[in-house]
Amino acid sequence: MGAWKYLLGTTLLAGILLTPALIVMGPAGGSFDDALFVVLAALMLVSGLAVVTMRDIIRCGLAMIVCFLALAGIYGVAGSPLVAAAQVLVYVGAISVLVLFAIMLTQSKRAPSRLVFQTQAGPAAVLAVIIAVMVTLTVTGTAWNEVAERMRVGANALAATLFADYVLPFEIVSVLLLMAVVGGVFLAKREGKGS
Amino acid sequence: MNLANSLDSYLVLSGLLFAIGTFGFLARRNAISMLMSVELMLNAVNLAIVAFGSFIEGLKADGPIIALMVMAVAAAEATVGLSIVIAIFRNRKTPLVDEYDAMSR
Repeated sequence: MGAWKYLLGTTLLAGILLTPALIVMGPAGGSFDDALFVVLAALMLVSGLAVVTMRDIIRCGLAMIVCFLALAGIYGVAGSPLVAAAQVLVYVGAISVLVLFAIMLTQSKRAPSRLVFQTQAGPAAVLAVIIAVMVTLTVTGTAWNEVAERMRVGANALAATLFADYVLPFEIVSVLLLMAVVGGVFLAKREGKGS
Repeated sequence: MNLANSLDSYLVLSGLLFAIGTFGFLARRNAISMLMSVELMLNAVNLAIVAFGSFIEGLKADGPIIALMVMAVAAAEATVGLSIVIAIFRNRKTPLVDEYDAMSR
């Protein structure tokens, strides 16, 4: 019985993702990059909505991994392959594992709870819609003086700028990461005989 | 139809993801869900930074570098935030933020 449900869900998801791509490449006359962008954007938004609305929190964590992977693909389409690789390493590899471990450590016996949302969920949804509309209006109404073709910047140029102009932030970030590791270990370790 | 080559589409996508993260942060009861929503918002901002880097001439190499810095800071934030949540969970035995009411009693 369960297999039918998953088959139906997969077919629906594939339809949701592939229909805009076919519309973009067919009647709208877009390129392959446009279709890729539309598919990845739809995947990212659908899995992002799943992260904030699903009841079972472990599924929220898995949907978050899908969201991060789609975002890495969008970085690739935007012309930053190094950021896409770092996104896969840092978010998909490290932060997702951290979040999944934290979920498993804080699952109580009576979870998942009946109420997923707080009482302020309605106003929060209204506020989110207002933010989305405002950002859309502002972005489309501004002249950005953008270049016509998106620029690809390779790892060599990136490294030259990083180690010439951004050395001090680079070192500060390394110290910050060390402090975060020490602080995380200190906060999460069990108390000794004192308590 | 020029979606992948216009800055507007990336910025609108970033705004939508940020709005989703805002809703999740304000509406969810579970503390880890709220932290995941914060990660979504950070990713939205990162997408905007990368898009500016690849479409504005003066930010060509700076955009990806700032995005990498944001990623490192987000990793530090996730480490400390999740260990705080685990420490609170050890004391209060619940991950739901509306039951953290020790100061209102």
